[in-house]
Amino acid sequence: MNAPRKLKVATASLAGCFGCHMSFLDIDERLLDLLELIEFDRTPLTDIKHVGANGPVDIGIIEGGVCNAENVHVLRDFRANCKILISLGACSVNGGLPAQRNHLDLRDILKAVYSTDTGLASGTQVPNDAELPLTLNMVHPLHEVVKIDYFIPGCPPSGDAIWKFLTDLLAGQTPHLGHGLIHYD
Amino acid sequence: MMSDTFNIDGQEIPFTPGQSVMQAALTAGVFIPHLCYHPEFRPHGSCKLCTVKVNGRPASSCTLPAAAGMEVESNTPEILDKRRSLLQMLLVEGNHFCPSCEKSGNCQLQALGYELEVFTPHFNQFYPNRPVDASHPDILLDLNRCILCELCIRASAEVDGKNVFSLSGRGITKHLIVNAESGKLGDTDFALTDKAAQVCPVGVILPKRIGFAVPIGQRHYDAAPFSAHVDEFKPTAASQGERS
Repeated sequence: MNAPRKLKVATASLAGCFGCHMSFLDIDERLLDLLELIEFDRTPLTDIKHVGANGPVDIGIIEGGVCNAENVHVLRDFRANCKILISLGACSVNGGLPAQRNHLDLRDILKAVYSTDTGLASGTQVPNDAELPLTLNMVHPLHEVVKIDYFIPGCPPSGDAIWKFLTDLLAGQTPHLGHGLIHYD
Repeated sequence: MMSDTFNIDGQEIPFTPGQSVMQAALTAGVFIPHLCYHPEFRPHGSCKLCTVKVNGRPASSCTLPAAAGMEVESNTPEILDKRRSLLQMLLVEGNHFCPSCEKSGNCQLQALGYELEVFTPHFNQFYPNRPVDASHPDILLDLNRCILCELCIRASAEVDGKNVFSLSGRGITKHLIVNAESGKLGDTDFALTDKAAQVCPVGVILPKRIGFAVPIGQRHYDAAPFSAHVDEFKPTAASQGERS
């Protein structure tokens, strides 16, 4: 009898710090158990550039909110190619730390960082290159841009929380995080 | 004295005349979620987290007098869903960034979110522009987290006799204000020892210089969930006397 097909998992970090990915690696040797059940598509761990390039993905996991045009593009790409999309961590769930700029004017922030701040080389200007993705006026959580199926809050969610959530999901049951595993901080 | 009872989710709850459904439930060790309720103050009935169904109709358990024979539903999927939605609306209306809040772990809004497994704020974020007032030498006022429970207002008026806080505006523009010409907390006689400095359920009124004296992980709601702290919310003799 054939072993069941491995589920394809893709991950990405948008306006995040990769802390959630580090926390994902904190499931430690359980990664080996997980790899019995899944294989990775696009993630920072593989070198696959486009999600779903090798066929549909079962589970997409995204860390970080949406702060620029490229984030929107990647997020929509994930949504189009993943059966289940998971919002991982505080920034993807409610904007998190990057969203604390939301009450400030974007032009003022860019000016403060690139032209009026002390210690800048003379002639420093706000970067303006077609290669750079445009910054959005506000940082948004993922669910304001695409439909999200599951949320794992936390800054970052602990390895144990991620493990519990994923194993519940892979077992085909509604994921639960009890006291001590669910965290917003 | 305790002759009458009513029923919450099938459990018989004894009560004394004048007690609210909330007071009787807490006295019996039955937890009902709440944010604006405080055992030492008259009920306020504004946060609606304590909503239950009584004989099929929704009501705030903190303001509803207990009556013999009531059939109260509290921990039902329908009521829990409504409470989650209320929490989510509170979360998007303010700026609740737990990772950078010193109240994290001691916050009742957060603890209730954990209790009810609120994984997401669900609605679109408002990201309001609210000021932080650091003018007071001992207390920081961060209005980003205010949920308008009015506990500080009630405490300052009823216990401290100072009337430092009030609400201004209506509907979505309603906000907490400070009773000073300048609007600054530093220009009032507010003190760290005031009752009003002790009652904030979220991270608005924060004593300065002790932010992380107790580390994250060793805080009030870290060891046990909100519902396990039911004893802290049992009514005091004084609070029961205040009810007519």
